[in-house]
Formats: sequence, structure tokens, C-alpha cells
Amino acid sequence: MTKRKVLEVNNLNLVLDKTKILKDFSFDLNEGEVFAVIGPNGCGKSSLAYTLMGLNGYQENSGEIKLNGEKINGLATNKIAQKGMTLAWQEPARYEGVTVRKFLSLGLESQGKEVNEKELAEALEEVAIVPSKYLNRKIDDTLSGGERKRIELASILLMEPDVVILDEPDSGVDVVALNNISQVIEDFREKGTGVILITHNEEMLQMADRSVLVCNGEILKRGAPEDISRYFKFECVPCEDENYQEHLEVSSLG
Amino acid sequence: MMVDAYKDAGGDDVFSDSDVAHIVLERDKVLGTNSVEGLEVDVKKQKTGMVAVKVTILENYKISNPVHMCFGVLPEKGKQVIDMEVEVEKNASVEIMADCVFPNATEVVHEMEADIIVHEGGSYLYEENHFHGDDGGVKVLAKSNIELKKESEFKTIFNLRKGRIGEIEFDYESVVEDNAVLEMIARMQGYADDKIKIREAGDLVGKGSRGYLETKIALQDQAEAEVLNELTALADGAKGHVDCTEIIKDEAIARAVPIVDVRDPGAKVTHEAAIGSVDSTQLQTLMARGLDEEDATDVIVQGMLNS
Repeated sequence: MTKRKVLEVNNLNLVLDKTKILKDFSFDLNEGEVFAVIGPNGCGKSSLAYTLMGLNGYQENSGEIKLNGEKINGLATNKIAQKGMTLAWQEPARYEGVTVRKFLSLGLESQGKEVNEKELAEALEEVAIVPSKYLNRKIDDTLSGGERKRIELASILLMEPDVVILDEPDSGVDVVALNNISQVIEDFREKGTGVILITHNEEMLQMADRSVLVCNGEILKRGAPEDISRYFKFECVPCEDENYQEHLEVSSLG
Repeated sequence: MMVDAYKDAGGDDVFSDSDVAHIVLERDKVLGTNSVEGLEVDVKKQKTGMVAVKVTILENYKISNPVHMCFGVLPEKGKQVIDMEVEVEKNASVEIMADCVFPNATEVVHEMEADIIVHEGGSYLYEENHFHGDDGGVKVLAKSNIELKKESEFKTIFNLRKGRIGEIEFDYESVVEDNAVLEMIARMQGYADDKIKIREAGDLVGKGSRGYLETKIALQDQAEAEVLNELTALADGAKGHVDCTEIIKDEAIARAVPIVDVRDPGAKVTHEAAIGSVDSTQLQTLMARGLDEEDATDVIVQGMLNS
């Protein structure tokens, strides 16, 4: 059965401070598909995530973004979220005074859905967090980065988005949390959510159906995760590609 | 009438409970008092229009239910001046919930001058909750002199529960003796042309004394805030921390001056002050959950004020 396209990105370009950050970036994503984006630090992976989500300061200069067939260019981040796409940050924010319960409820409330205590608990259990111990805790410094990551994923599971962008979900987490995050990605897949997985982690990359290698803001290579991984490991570093050399020059200027 | 206004504003209905001590004052009118064992309350109306309130918690008494004080001005214009004297005797303890209600204020002044002494081993918690109207026509002037004897505890918390600040000016001074603990917390949100001025000062004169001053303020429109938190440590083992966080947007102005003065090598006082706009990652995360910018900002600000 043909899978529905949930996201189409065509010739996306982003320029910040006169530097080309994304160059003619094109890809699409099907429902329930995991699409991995890998590349060296500073190559534009997170900028891609922010541009897709319409974050302030990351408005594309040209190109088209379609979510479920509808053009979403220029929409505010909250409108994009309401239409079905959201983002999990590499370093989730801390919220003084905001409880886990409140944080989980916000996404549901913004969609006009009723907040059901049982559903909140189930979402937390799905990310291996014990609801009775965490629902009343504050999302502040008392939670580890890994705990905040999993709580953010629980909030996204509750939203049931069509597309989720996971920006380095593996960074700064221990092995147990990593296994749990892998399971959550499988859960997204089963529920038909398309996943854009930005990662450096070999194990995570292998979960992808398709992958791209990004260098200096553009897609250098497309293919199966194992092929992309092999290329990145053995042919990409040290990099002699002119794209990467140009990137190094720009980085050294800034 | 006052209690109704307080209840309408969201306050708890405690004034009919005979086990709960209370004082209800509307301008200079004493609308009700109730005392419990171990607590003495003396309220005297002065010719000047000022009301003198003396509260004594007798030695070794632990007052089990919080004592409720309801102060306020109901008409649009008016003045309330209270001279408060609180004495917590040796090893006594009390929690006071002071609810200040100005629901219709367009030109109201509320002045409070308090002398508070907490004797050895005593404990005093004072939570002040304000319920204002939306006009910002309230001017609150509060001055306190606090004396904490050895091994006593004092904590004050100020919250604006409803309405606009108007104009607030606090000036609190305290002297903290051996192993006594001082804690002052103020949280408020200013809109329009609200003005907030806070001065909290603690002299940690006793060995092992502790002081903690925390101020959290969120401002928008043309609101202004000036916070002066001052902790002076003069004895061995004295420790303190000053923490001021202010979030601003629009044309609001915030100033924070933490003063840390340590005069004994065995003492330590730290401070933290941060003024800025709402954190962009916090804001964008909530927007990525579907909240618009205003709602997301409100969640962050309320979280900060309730932390």
C-alpha cells in the first residue's frame, strides 16, 4: 500500500548573516517513516529543524514546505504545531514552577483536547517515567537532561503529530535512556508519525528507513542508513570535499 | 462585606470558623476579630484614622491554624493606615495569612508600618496575598522592622493574587541573631504604568545566622521595578543568598541592585540577579506545542512567579 506523504520540502534555502546555511534542500517524508539526517557539527542540521518549524530568525529565503499537502511557509511555529508538526529540542528547556502535569497538558489543550489523567500517565510510562513520582515535579534543575528529554517526548506522544523532528535525541543521555528513546521512535513509527531524526548515533541511524548526509547546508548523499554511515565514517572524515573546506573557512571567519 | 469581597476575589472562607483567629479591617473600621488560646489580639482605632494592631503569641504556644488578617478598602477612594506590632514570645509559633483586598480602587492608599520581634526559638510565617482591582489605583506602602532573636525563624511571602499592582513600595529591615533564619520572598507581575519599589535588608549579626532574599518580578507595557536587596554578614558562620529575577517585555524597565556585604572571614553571602526577556528556547518549545506567543509567555511567567 502506498504511504501518504506527510511532508514535502522543495529547494529550501536559508541565509543568515549573509551566510548560506541551507542550500536547495529537498526531501520528502511518508507517514510512519523514519528519515535520518546526519552530518558534522555546524552543517545546518538544527537550522533545518528550526526552519521547518518556522522559528523566529529562521525564515527561509526561498523554497517550499508542505505539510499534509498544505503549504506552511511563513506560518508561525504554533500554527505549524497545530497543523501537525512539532520539534523535540537537543537541549530541552527548564521551566521554573511548571509541573510535568502542566507541561504535558499544554499540547493537548492547544489542540482543544481534554486532559485525561490516565493518558498523561500512559505517555509517561511509554518513556519509562513513573507517573506517580514525576507528575507533580517541576521541570527545573532537579530533573536530569535525560529525564527532561523523555518528558518532552511524552508531551509529543500525547499530541499525536503527523511529523516530529527529533534534534539529536541521543545527546547527553545514558544507555538506558537511549534504549527508551529508540523504543519511542518505534512507537512513533507504529502510530504513523513521520520522524525526522537528526543524529550522530550509529545505533539510532540504523533505525531509519532512509537517510541523508548533510555537508555545509546541502544534501551531499542520499541512501540507506548503512551506506550513508559507511560513507560518513570512512570517506567523509577527514573531509576533502570543497563544500566542507568552504564551511571551515566560513567557520574560521566567524 | 469585606469578607465577601475577599471571597469574590478567590479567598478561602475561613472567617466563620471559631477555631481560626482573625482580624477584619475595612479602612479604620474593625469589622471582626476572633482569638484563640495562646494568641492575644488588641485592635485600637486612633483619632488620626490609624488603626493600631498588637498581636502577641504567648510563650511556648504553637498556634495550629493560620491566623487570618483581612485588610482592605472597599470604595474607589480611601486610605487605610495600620500600625502593627507583633511579638512572638519564646518558643511560640504562628502562621499569619494577610489578605489585602482593594477590588474597586481608583485612588486608594494602604499604609502599613510593622514592628516584629520573634524571641528565642520562636517561629513566624507571614504570607501576604493581595487582591487588587484592574484600575491600578492602589498605592501600597509597607515598612517593617524585624528583630530575630537567637534560633528563631521568620519568613515572609508576598503574592499578588489578582488585579494590577498600581504602586508598591516595600522597605523591610531586619536584624538576625545567633542561628536565627530570615527568609523574604516577593513575587509580582506589573502591567501598564505599575510601579514596584522593593528594599529588603538583612543584617546577619549572629553566629550561624541565615538570610535568604528572593524577588521575582515580571513586567510588561510601561511598568517599572526597582529592587534593592541587601544582606550584610557580620558574624562567623553567617550565610546568606540574594536572588533577583526579573522578566521584562514591551517598554518595561527593571533595575536590580543586590548588595552583599561580608565583614567576617567565616561568613559567606552569595547573590544572583538576572533581568531579561522570556527565554527563547522555553518560548519556542511551548509554541511548538501549539501555544501562541502570549499564552506561552504567560505559562513561563506564571511558572516563575509560582516557583
